[in-house]
Amino acid sequence: MRRLASIPEALVGLGILAILAAMALAASALFPGDPFAIKGAPLLSPFQDWSLPLGTDRLGRDVMAELFHGARTSLAVGLAAAAAAIAVGAVIGTLAGFAGGIVDEALMRLTDAFQTVPSFLLALAFVSVVGPSLTVVVIAIALSAWTGPARVARAEVLSIRERDFVAGARVIGMHPLEIALREVLPNALAPVLALSSVIVASAILIEAALSFLGLGDPNRVTWGSMIAEGRTVLRSAPFLSIVPGIALVLTVLGVYLAGEGVVEGTAVRKSLS
Amino acid sequence: MSRAFLLLRRRLAGSIFVLLIVIVGTFLLLEAAPGDAVDAYVVSTGGDAGLVEAMRQSWGLDQSAATRLASYLWALLHLDLGQSVAFSRPIRDVILERLPVTLILMGASTALSFGLGSALGIYAGARPGSLRDRFLSTASLALYAVPGFWLALVLVIAFAVDLRWFPISGFETIASGKAGFAHAADIAHHLVLPVTSLGVIYLALYLRMMRAGMAEVWRLDFVRAARARGLSRRRIVLAHVARNALLPLVTMLGLQSAQMLGGSVVIESIFSVPGLGRLAQEAVALRDTPLLLGIILVSAVLVILINLLVDIAYAFLDPRVGASEAGA
Amino acid sequence: MTGSLVSIRNLSVSYRRDASLPSLGNIDLDIAVGERLAIIGESGSGKSTLALAIAGLLPSTATVKGTILWSGQPQLPLGGRDIGFVFQDASASLDPVMAVGRQITEVARTHLDLSRAQAESRALDLLRRVRLPDPDTALHAYPHQLSGGQRQRVAIAAAIAAGPRLLIADEATSALDTIVQADIVALIKQLVAEDGMALLFVSHDIALAAELADRIAVFRRGEMVELGSTDAVIQVPQHAYTKKLLDAHIGLDAAPMIAPTGHGHV
Ligand SMILES: Nc1ncnc2c1ncn2[C@@H]1O[C@H](COP(=O)(O)OP(=O)(O)OP(=O)(O)O)[C@@H](O)[C@H]1O
Ligand SMILES: [Mg+2]
Repeated sequence: MRRLASIPEALVGLGILAILAAMALAASALFPGDPFAIKGAPLLSPFQDWSLPLGTDRLGRDVMAELFHGARTSLAVGLAAAAAAIAVGAVIGTLAGFAGGIVDEALMRLTDAFQTVPSFLLALAFVSVVGPSLTVVVIAIALSAWTGPARVARAEVLSIRERDFVAGARVIGMHPLEIALREVLPNALAPVLALSSVIVASAILIEAALSFLGLGDPNRVTWGSMIAEGRTVLRSAPFLSIVPGIALVLTVLGVYLAGEGVVEGTAVRKSLS
Repeated sequence: MSRAFLLLRRRLAGSIFVLLIVIVGTFLLLEAAPGDAVDAYVVSTGGDAGLVEAMRQSWGLDQSAATRLASYLWALLHLDLGQSVAFSRPIRDVILERLPVTLILMGASTALSFGLGSALGIYAGARPGSLRDRFLSTASLALYAVPGFWLALVLVIAFAVDLRWFPISGFETIASGKAGFAHAADIAHHLVLPVTSLGVIYLALYLRMMRAGMAEVWRLDFVRAARARGLSRRRIVLAHVARNALLPLVTMLGLQSAQMLGGSVVIESIFSVPGLGRLAQEAVALRDTPLLLGIILVSAVLVILINLLVDIAYAFLDPRVGASEAGA
Repeated sequence: MTGSLVSIRNLSVSYRRDASLPSLGNIDLDIAVGERLAIIGESGSGKSTLALAIAGLLPSTATVKGTILWSGQPQLPLGGRDIGFVFQDASASLDPVMAVGRQITEVARTHLDLSRAQAESRALDLLRRVRLPDPDTALHAYPHQLSGGQRQRVAIAAAIAAGPRLLIADEATSALDTIVQADIVALIKQLVAEDGMALLFVSHDIALAAELADRIAVFRRGEMVELGSTDAVIQVPQHAYTKKLLDAHIGLDAAPMIAPTGHGHV
């Protein structure tokens, strides 16, 4: 942590993320009730009425309240999808690297296949087939995001496999699967986790794009849907699209900066396959 | 060049396997979709129960899943992607009609992002730690965080609505009667904003990769040797440092093509560019799942082909590739 | 005395400001035109630092005191044109993705006013002179397709491509096995004689140095502890450290370890 503090970019990133987390946590307390509720005259510009600091949208909803609740969705989806992708990818990569042979070959071709299909199209198809909800969106994003961690985990396992402690576990008669998951996986995890900032960031962006196309959870405010809403009045009220977009940019930037700082600070080399 | 050929042959075998997995995957998604093509057809056109049964039979929908997979594969082998319910035409024809537009859009975006991105990366990486290096590095990180669809809207507000420099949407002026160069210029004029929106994030990516790659190459001994030989700084930067740092960027082109195809959905929708991405969005809106999955299949084939091209290009750029197989 | 090609006066080099001892301290040394001078000393004694200082290749962070005159002129010699530099690790001194022919022609074209074709024929000629087998093919080969010894021959060809007056070989043969090493030493000797180049041969192998040099300078901990003709240094070493180096080399006065000419090339 002290080393992190010496990297200014990391501090800025962590600062942005802290503010964002605070927004997400405080959303219900500061803006209780339905963020979709109508709070005033429609299309009120920002900084006109201090009870509605960011103004209102086409239907008179409080943009500030939507922004706070949207932070919640973005963070939730980003973190959940990244966690799922990393967990699945790490397990698949570990298995492939540890099993070797035909299992490895099959799992790696599967990874190739998932990397061949454009991830956004896959997410689009999955959501449109299963129907939009927060969980479905998370799964849809994780569906293609696991491939990166899988490759890194596999490469890491291949280099760890022959080391002493693994041989030791083999000698005392541990089951190969147990060795893979209990001895090898934890050691392969650091470089996999180094990928997490990129995955969280891209998950947030994919979620935003899905909701922009109207495929997000219809019962939740998301920044993507706010931008789509604002688009209908782009000429008269461009701020409605611009404000949530800036929030999105800052969030993703915060994730990158913090992630880069953490990787640099812990001196884990990013091993891209 | 036998080295490239050997490499290609090995990759091709793997690619066919990968394609099979993708096909089975799309088939499973198709099966998972609520209702079937006939339901969708009936909903859109109206029809009686007898007709529905007849259609199910003629489309093979009353068979077991294994049989259906077999006939799906058989049809694909004949380049038959089925019938689009929404467009009442063969899916293949609809897709082929939209494909060129997307290829133009993607080609232009790739050229912009790869060309300008690596050029700026070289400019930054030529003097590591300099002011311009730090500025470009920070700017590229900021750009890397900008979602394409939002950038598209901002560009529309600024350059189409306010300044009126570029058209708000479309691929070309409708019924303009333009031909030849004028026609191409018209398309280019329409594509400036979409290409920029689609390409900027990769521009930032290539800039960052080139810069980071050059920083690593600068530390290598052969660069010191090149300096000892008295080569000009310009030559060292361009012919040696940037040349070596270029290799990982070329690898990235393959991955980027898949992501860009995904990104084109939103960008083409915003700018009403009648390409594959827009078609995917229409397929979702019109609940035409077979069409959507057909697009996914075609995209996968496209990505595989692009990756093969990239592999060949890489083999030409890096003489070490495949050296062990071909025998030096 | 044909006059000094390089005169070094009071040269000190420190890589870091806080270093307690400089990596090189108060060196006075002259290299005559066409002379062959060997620098020997244990690891870390400052041999490479001296070589880099002469060629102007020290990192910009290093502090350099004293003067180095080139042909009596205070302006620095130009790498490639005035000084050819051969490094220890030949694989690391060649660009892995550029054909070796081009790595030679680019030196020739940078310093000599040559057309592309002229430079190419010069490169071919050089590859012949460094006795690379099948020079026509080698011209288009990449470094990874050559053996270690062949790569070092290419590096030498690149170093002398513009006809420098001083060739610096910093442990140029240490990474090679003994037979190849002998070949390269013989090659360097021949090239230097043919072109009338002066040679600065850096090595920690006193036998190799004795084989090649007119004079030997012995370095230790950044200082030059002895300088004299090869015979003098080998026969009647003045400094205890030189004696130690000689004693450490068993069988020096027995059968010569280095064959005077190469046995074919590798
Ligand atoms: N780039 C550098 N930065 C900091 N210190 C350095 C650097 N290069 C050399 N040194 C230090 O300077 C001293 C002299 O090093 P030099 O490389 O000249 O020795 P050398 O005689 O060539 O040794 P060797 O036989 O191992 O090549 C050593 O103590 C070394 O640690
Ligand atoms: Mg040295």
